[in-house]
Amino acid sequence: MTTIETRPTTIRPATEYLDPRLNAKIPEGPIERKWERHKFEMKLVSPTNRRRYTIIVVGTGLAGASAAATLGEAGYNVKCYTYHDSPRRAHSISAQGGINAAKNYRNDGDSVFRLFYDTVKGGDFRAREANVYRLAEVSMAIIDQCVAQGVPFAREYSGYLDNRSFGGALVARTFYARGQTGQQLLLGAYQALSRQIGLGQVKMFSRTEMLDLVVIDGRARGIVTRDLVTGKIESHVADAVVLATGGYSNVFYLSTNAKACNTTAIWRAYRRGAFFGNPCFTQIHPTCIPVSGDHQSKLTLMSESLRNDGRVWVPKTPGDKRPPSSIPEDERDYFLERKYPSYGNLAPRDIASRAAKEVCDEGRGVGPGGLGVYLDFSDAIKRLGKKVIEERYGNLFEMYERITGENPYETPMRIYPAPHYTMGGLWVDYNLMSTIPGLFVIGEANFSDHGANRLGASALMQGLADGYFILPYTIADYLASTKLPKVDTSHIAFREAEAEVADRIKRLLNTKGTRTVDMFHRELGRIMWDYCGMARNEAGLKRALELIPELRERFWREVKVPGESNDINQELEKAGRVADFMELAELMCIDALHRDESCGGHFREEHQTEDGEAKRDDENFAYVAAWEFTGLGTKPVLHKEPLIFEYVKPTIRSYK
Amino acid sequence: MNLTLHVWRQKNPQSEGRFVTYQAKNIIPDMSFLEMLDVVNQELIMNGEEPIAFEHDCREGICGSCGMVINGYPHGGHRGTTACQLHMRHFKDGDTITIEPWRARAFPVMKDLIVDRSAFDRIIQAGGFISANTGAAQDANTILVPKQNAEAAMDAAACIGCGACVAACPNASAMLFTAAKIAHLGLLPQGQPERYTRVVRMVEQMDKEGFGGCTNIGECAAACPKEIPLDVIARMNRDLLVAKLKGVN
Amino acid sequence: MAAALTLYRTTIGKKAVMAITGFIGYGFVILHMLGNLKIFEGAEGFNEYAHFLRTVGYPLVPERGLLWVVRIILLTAVILHITAAIQLTRIDWASRPKGYRQIRRKQATFAAMTLRWGGLAIFLFIVYHLAHLTFGLGIPNFGGHETAYQNVVASFSNPINVVIYIAGVGALGMHLYHGVWSMFQTLGLNGPRTDGLWRGLATLSGILLFLGFSAVPVAVFTGLVR
Repeated sequence: MTTIETRPTTIRPATEYLDPRLNAKIPEGPIERKWERHKFEMKLVSPTNRRRYTIIVVGTGLAGASAAATLGEAGYNVKCYTYHDSPRRAHSISAQGGINAAKNYRNDGDSVFRLFYDTVKGGDFRAREANVYRLAEVSMAIIDQCVAQGVPFAREYSGYLDNRSFGGALVARTFYARGQTGQQLLLGAYQALSRQIGLGQVKMFSRTEMLDLVVIDGRARGIVTRDLVTGKIESHVADAVVLATGGYSNVFYLSTNAKACNTTAIWRAYRRGAFFGNPCFTQIHPTCIPVSGDHQSKLTLMSESLRNDGRVWVPKTPGDKRPPSSIPEDERDYFLERKYPSYGNLAPRDIASRAAKEVCDEGRGVGPGGLGVYLDFSDAIKRLGKKVIEERYGNLFEMYERITGENPYETPMRIYPAPHYTMGGLWVDYNLMSTIPGLFVIGEANFSDHGANRLGASALMQGLADGYFILPYTIADYLASTKLPKVDTSHIAFREAEAEVADRIKRLLNTKGTRTVDMFHRELGRIMWDYCGMARNEAGLKRALELIPELRERFWREVKVPGESNDINQELEKAGRVADFMELAELMCIDALHRDESCGGHFREEHQTEDGEAKRDDENFAYVAAWEFTGLGTKPVLHKEPLIFEYVKPTIRSYK
Repeated sequence: MNLTLHVWRQKNPQSEGRFVTYQAKNIIPDMSFLEMLDVVNQELIMNGEEPIAFEHDCREGICGSCGMVINGYPHGGHRGTTACQLHMRHFKDGDTITIEPWRARAFPVMKDLIVDRSAFDRIIQAGGFISANTGAAQDANTILVPKQNAEAAMDAAACIGCGACVAACPNASAMLFTAAKIAHLGLLPQGQPERYTRVVRMVEQMDKEGFGGCTNIGECAAACPKEIPLDVIARMNRDLLVAKLKGVN
Repeated sequence: MAAALTLYRTTIGKKAVMAITGFIGYGFVILHMLGNLKIFEGAEGFNEYAHFLRTVGYPLVPERGLLWVVRIILLTAVILHITAAIQLTRIDWASRPKGYRQIRRKQATFAAMTLRWGGLAIFLFIVYHLAHLTFGLGIPNFGGHETAYQNVVASFSNPINVVIYIAGVGALGMHLYHGVWSMFQTLGLNGPRTDGLWRGLATLSGILLFLGFSAVPVAVFTGLVR
């Protein structure tokens, strides 16, 4: 039985912190009519004129590939960039569990409004209502589109699409393709993109990394890239630039992100004037394989879907070192079921992660170092049989066994939270445009619709919503209503940006210090995990703000980058990305320190209820923190976009 | 444990490569194979040498970036395992390990263990898609798909495009890769309208890229980290023959 | 029709030609083996069979008419099979200019890996076989098909011919062990449900044809047939 508390909290009048640059441009009208109305009111580019426009899309994950493909289909000239060897390798491919859509195929009470409601509530009331509603609204078209592309979603014997349930929701609205949903959705978008490449509508630049954004007369007009094979620095002009470059969880060094995931593209845009929204909002995913040693290069996620059938527990007594099978039932603490009886093991990610940290802090953690909790399938196997469990999670179980050498059919999995997703990102308005006109940011790279915590299976939804169904409309409006003077790469802004990029590369190679890039990255990750991770406090954040600039300075003095610039040089690529993480880390801590409340994934130890839940401060913090770059070493300027809740009244978020 | 590595080093596509021997010291069984290479690389950098270049990204066996022939087996030869998921517990102290890049005319070596697999992208670009423009789709449940077809399509769609099939094939053939996509799309009702043009275009591109032919040996399926079955190739053959009989060009 | 011709331009098309021509050859060797076994009926029966092959269909068609039709089909099949094989081999050999220092196989059978060489061996054997038993090279008192039985006995009294013959049909058995399954796979007539069936048929064909063909020289050499 759920009780959704309806205790409204006070919100400051929005006018108090209005900043003209942070006009979210939310359309007028009732929420369910806003997008429809906006689509009609936006200007269009006629089919014959579209080929006169060039659009740069950086990144080929779900957001980037879907946007590039759709813009190509519409008839624009699209130039698309990835640092991978192929667009198909983007990290969206690793998403396992599923994608949400308010189809209500299960007849279990789902609706656009419920998905909207769950998402706003799941995000702990730190997302923009109008954006979230639109996301829920287009969610259904995404499933239709993907099925039409041949995404092999799981089906029932009747041939109808199957659904599973995910954290933070009481309805089954998640569509999935085994444990490889992200892969299948990405391949769908990649194939659509490939079709446009084949037709010559999209020009693909693989193994090409964006290293700077070029702004001319206040508008984004192009990018500077490095060819990762020849090292050549090149400029590319466009009428609009779209960044779909993903999140920055790798600031923690150890995360579930792919090794190459980085902040460089959005960070360079931030330095060029795009505001950074809510940088401290990071998601720590509860079900990852625990760290096994210092050698560890990354963490592996185990899909949240496992919590559908797995039960999370630790021994009741601290320091209980008995093997799990010899701990009797009454000496086990199924802490999620105990604390959150209605959602149980499907409590949202931030809450489940924190609960796991809490029991480990009490000394009840399991496995080496005591940093782990059990995810136990023995009840489910007893109830459903091994075959059903194998059908549902076979590939995940195999993956777990490959990595740990333990068989989860026989012994419970050990899991621990790990950085996974960043809700923060470049600030964008309702049109997904940043504070730099002509610079659009989509997918995980923007500050997003997820508020302070993202619900499972919503990242894929947002990436594809942005790319397939939102950006193609809003970018047309921008192009149709903007007079853009003709520029080419000989423009001084391009020359200067190229020179800066080349200079930075030279500096990295010429430092010839004594420590490798990875050493610095690990050190940075340690600081961020300790002070800006699952739980944060003032003293810790202040400590981090001393340590980070000092580490950054040492980095530029002592880093050792071998090889040359005119060749494939993976250490050089890494060095540039880590250098940017070093700057971002500081901004994250500044943001975390300033947000003197707990909300979603941002847990300030000073602000918790008696039973350890996050305590929001809607009176003072119901806003998006958008930071403006003012130069390295000087404090960024905070701008506030007020969040107004007209449809979902902020309440204490309860999953009990 | 300590290991001896023989690793292929090659500066760029033009230069001659050679095997270089390295010692991997203090390797822990819980490390992945790539983490073992990380350890070696860190030492190389500290010694002022260039690290071994190899592709990797997700390190979860799904992005398809990594790929190297380890002791004669693509990805190391463990069932359903990519190089990034291969763990050092499968090796013993004192072992000698030979590490080579994929070898195929269509996959030229770019540096050390990195090869150019863009031929795969061009095969997909030639026809490995369903031409469904954004926005055109009807409700997802309008066309039902029998569960067994959806499952078989998913089996084929699991391909990660790593190229192990080409690496393992005695003829460096890309039949398994190409056939997997044809089977995935061809098993679904949505894939039917373009079924025969798709196979014709993709096979044409595959041949053009310089891959070898298929001699039905089965090494590709045995090496595939996603265990894509050999029967997708029979399916592709059938579709091509039917396409040509129908006069599709 | 044009499309069907462009099929041959693809590697799969060449393989299909090999599969179809291989099927013709497969049918031929089965009948050939069954015919050979008539040797156990004695000289009269065997020679009569040899005669029958030349008169079958007569008078509807001229004497030896059907024999020539079959011979032309077989010759065409052999030429196409070999041409496609050579073209494919060239493509395959060019596909990996630089090989591995170390490569190990998980699935490949000896028969599959040596298919080309086995094919070459079979070709050489056919040349020898025709020269020897059809044109009489190396057979004393060769009397053409009128003395087919005697020719066989004369040939296999010599252990060298026995050895060559058994090696030749051994190569044939191996070729079919992989080739018969491969034929169904190439023509797209294989699937998860039929795989076991075709593998079984291929194995059985390889073994039975080897045993069936070998029975004759062994029987002659051991004096069972004289």
